[in-house]
Amino acid sequence: MSITQNIIIDCVPEGSRVLDLGCGDGSLLQRLIEEKRVTGYGVDNQFSNIQHCVARGLSVYQGNLNEGLQEFRPHSFDIVILSFTLQEVMDPVYLLKEMLRVGKQVIVTFPNFGFWQIRLQYLLSGNTPKSNSLPYEWYNTPNIRVLTIQDFKDLCKEESIQIQKELPLFNAPFLRKFFPKRLTNLFSQKGVFLLTK
Amino acid sequence: MGMVDSTIHTMTCFTDAPLELESGATLRDITLAYQTHGALNEAKDNVVLVCHPLTGTAHVAGLSDPNNPKSAGWWDQVIGSGKAINTDTHFVICINSLGSCKGSTGPCDINPDTQKPFGLEFPVITIGDMVRAQKAVLDHLGIQQIKMVIGGSMGGMQALEWVCMFPDMVRSCVPIAATGQVSPQTIAFDAVGRQAIRGDSDFHDGRYQEHNTTPHHGLGLARMIGHITYLSESSMSQKFGRKLQEKNDLSYGMDQDFQIESYLQYQGDKFVSRFDANSYLYLTKAVSYFDLPKKYGSLEKAFSPSNARFLVISISSDWLYTPEQSKIVARQLMRLNKEVTYVDVDTHYGHDAFLIDNPDLFRLINVFLESL
Repeated sequence: MSITQNIIIDCVPEGSRVLDLGCGDGSLLQRLIEEKRVTGYGVDNQFSNIQHCVARGLSVYQGNLNEGLQEFRPHSFDIVILSFTLQEVMDPVYLLKEMLRVGKQVIVTFPNFGFWQIRLQYLLSGNTPKSNSLPYEWYNTPNIRVLTIQDFKDLCKEESIQIQKELPLFNAPFLRKFFPKRLTNLFSQKGVFLLTK
Repeated sequence: MGMVDSTIHTMTCFTDAPLELESGATLRDITLAYQTHGALNEAKDNVVLVCHPLTGTAHVAGLSDPNNPKSAGWWDQVIGSGKAINTDTHFVICINSLGSCKGSTGPCDINPDTQKPFGLEFPVITIGDMVRAQKAVLDHLGIQQIKMVIGGSMGGMQALEWVCMFPDMVRSCVPIAATGQVSPQTIAFDAVGRQAIRGDSDFHDGRYQEHNTTPHHGLGLARMIGHITYLSESSMSQKFGRKLQEKNDLSYGMDQDFQIESYLQYQGDKFVSRFDANSYLYLTKAVSYFDLPKKYGSLEKAFSPSNARFLVISISSDWLYTPEQSKIVARQLMRLNKEVTYVDVDTHYGHDAFLIDNPDLFRLINVFLESL
């Protein structure tokens, strides 16, 4: 998770105004405040998460994601972050459009179900794949949207969403830099995208 | 250490110049009852002002009778040594509201001009007037900065009004189960309660004290109506269901059958012995008038000058001051880029949940206060 956080933090300019949707316990937002002096809010729907955020001195809104967005005027934020939440959202297209409305730039990260290990699990075991980051059974998973990096790129094309950057997620920095983008769908566990309208 | 001092102090203020009320009327020689816990530090920056709900008192924590555990203050679970609002490190103040009947000046007190109880000659007061009176107590104690102002229901309205009236004094604000603008539904319930009191033949146009009586029936009825709004459908179902009171079968008469009936009756009767009918009229009227957008032009204008940190808390099952009303406050603060957290406490107890032992809520308050 911290690698993803590092990649996200690298994308956020100093002093930005940030909205972190699905902020969880607030660890990313706190790092952004400490390392990039950002201001802004987190949104999360779990009381226990809100409590952690309050302990960190963060400002957070308990509610569903669409609710957290509707009040904001266009371009109220420099960056809107949706980290590992897209796959849990009922209407991802609407949410992406709303994020692009209230934010100048959007960072989206999600688990890539096109990752080769997941494909292999499907093929060999015949069961719905599980992994450390996706430990759920099919009947209790919050991940109602099963998408791949390729799916996401297709959606962006269809909805005329500009992909400013695709950041493949590898532990080794040289891989991050030099890995051919067309192969990320097979070899990256997570998709990380920087988007604009 | 040992025993918690739960002395109620009183002070008299507005003796030289009267308090100019929002209605345009004035009120002088105001007595205010208050309680403090913990010690004011040297920098005088550890003050927590706790604002009580409608019929609360200044007795917020500690036992008024050391031998009686039932004599604990109304928020004793929250305030004390090592508790959510820790009095080892904080100086807690709770002030009985202007217009109440628990030590502070209200309509049952003697009007200095007539030497008779005010009754309905008492001027109508607002939440803002209550806050101005509270400010006089803080001035009296030499306090210029509030670390946290916190309150539920009417107390939450006072907390919000504090931020709007004295933005430079308040460092953080925690309104619980409150609103920035009282809804027509709440006005409706309060109006029916007031009608019940004023329609009682013992009301005597508010001069019942001079007739050595009180409008028992009307005040009890008003409290019963209020109490329904403090609970929720689900809490009533869980607590009482359709259970009968000391009966095996329905009476097929007009006497009470159900437990919920006798519970409400008990709440009404208990209330009559401890609260003044005129005070109830004035306090509910102040609540009905509470409307920050009207007073300040808009909610945005009301909150703009504040630099406080906000923790806006709603109760999921509250249908008197709904979560949506708290969200309106929180979202407006977010639009203004204020430091604000909005939380909905999930409980079926209804509006009054903040007065009931609720570890989640109390821990949240603690975490917030300690993060300041």
